[in-house]
Amino acid sequence: MTIHLRVWRQSGPDSPGFLEDHTVTEANEHMSFLELLDVLNEQLIRDGREPVEFDSDCREGICGSCGLMVAGIAHGPQKRTAVCQLHMRSFNSGDTITVEPFRARAFPIVRDLVVDRSAFDRIIAAGGFVSVTTGGAPDANAVLISKADADRAMDYAACIGCGACVAACPNGSASLFTAAKIAHLDFLPQGQVESAHRALAMVDRMTDEGFGNCSNHAECEAVCPKGISIAGIARMRRLYLMGPLTAKAQ
Amino acid sequence: MSLFAALNSPVGRKALTGVTGIGLVLFVIAHMAGNLSYLFGSDAYNLYAHKLMSLGALFYGIEVLLAICFLLHAYLGIVITIRNRRARPQGYKKYRSAGRPSRLTASSRTMIMTGVIILIFLVLHLKSFKFGTYYTVEINGVEMRDLYRLMEEKFQDPLYAFGYPMVMILLGLHLRHGVWSAFQSLTLTSRKLSAALYPLGLILGIGVAIGFIVVPLYIYF
Ligand code: FES
Repeated sequence: MTIHLRVWRQSGPDSPGFLEDHTVTEANEHMSFLELLDVLNEQLIRDGREPVEFDSDCREGICGSCGLMVAGIAHGPQKRTAVCQLHMRSFNSGDTITVEPFRARAFPIVRDLVVDRSAFDRIIAAGGFVSVTTGGAPDANAVLISKADADRAMDYAACIGCGACVAACPNGSASLFTAAKIAHLDFLPQGQVESAHRALAMVDRMTDEGFGNCSNHAECEAVCPKGISIAGIARMRRLYLMGPLTAKAQ
Repeated sequence: MSLFAALNSPVGRKALTGVTGIGLVLFVIAHMAGNLSYLFGSDAYNLYAHKLMSLGALFYGIEVLLAICFLLHAYLGIVITIRNRRARPQGYKKYRSAGRPSRLTASSRTMIMTGVIILIFLVLHLKSFKFGTYYTVEINGVEMRDLYRLMEEKFQDPLYAFGYPMVMILLGLHLRHGVWSAFQSLTLTSRKLSAALYPLGLILGIGVAIGFIVVPLYIYF
């Protein structure tokens, strides 16, 4: 198949970017979208031009390194897939596809399609952890957790931190990411100890990083490769608003 | 962290927007029901208005509360929007919604526009009616304000007769996203309830728009 690409090129954080047109004739439907970009890059290198920079690692939808706006949608038109798992069979030969980086003030562009998502790391560092005393491994069944709670925690723990929620949100809000990282710990007894502090610290960090506010567009849930629910955002808000009350009690 | 700081945070601001929004929706529904009493004739309408105004302290209390709701809701909406715009200085060349379960609609994307138009409308509306010409009429020996006459007069003007319905359609559009969004901002964690409440915005939006449009068109035609 032949695919026409309009790819965002930007040589550095402060240089102006632009869309560049390319055509890949050696595409086939079994390729992932990233493999298509690999083919494009081989073509560019052969022609002595700079390849297009983009992030990826596992290429099996579990690490969260990849992330592109494909045809106007974060991770492309196929639901519940990271762009590394988006295959060319989702497109038709002759299609023109626009590829842009995830855009947000808190995700500055490094080069071409690569953005700096370290703001997410700083949100995690603010409270996305549980404090445990080191030592001998505790008995696996010492703390009982109901199946329902374990499942709910797992649903939120599925977040791979790719940043698609921020990219798709008209407000560039990181609410879904932050909510997922709060919820997956908060459903478990080990996480509940620091619950109130965690929500306050992580949400404030998110605000300070320059992410927008959630307007309940729910676009994040639609593009999330793991289908994380905005119910988590409501939960995060509740923990946050109850924070001043519960934090004192603890 | 203090309660004030929590309420002044992005999360708190949204919750306050939700609370004030729900207050305003209740007011809008009551106002619409009041307007519809116009259809039962001049006495019914004027008596209803008179009864409201003779509530005394309670009436003024509600007015003050509504004014606070309006101002706070508008202020928060504007502040939140400015911050949100700043969060993405460079927009996409190509952007579209991924579709379900997204709630991204023409309504959700235009909240600030519809909101500001409603705010401007509100000022004009208060000027024309609440602080408009004070006609009086006597019903059953009691002298009261003749709002029926004022309404009849105003809606003869095509600007009022058509401008008003247009703003009411925008109000309906505002409610379509706003009603559900308010509950979401007020930490509605149940997915089932959330899905069940979503259509409420559409129903209320359409209902309120129609309810407000009936009377002016009835007077005009
Ligand atoms: S490369 Fe790991 S999720 Fe796509």
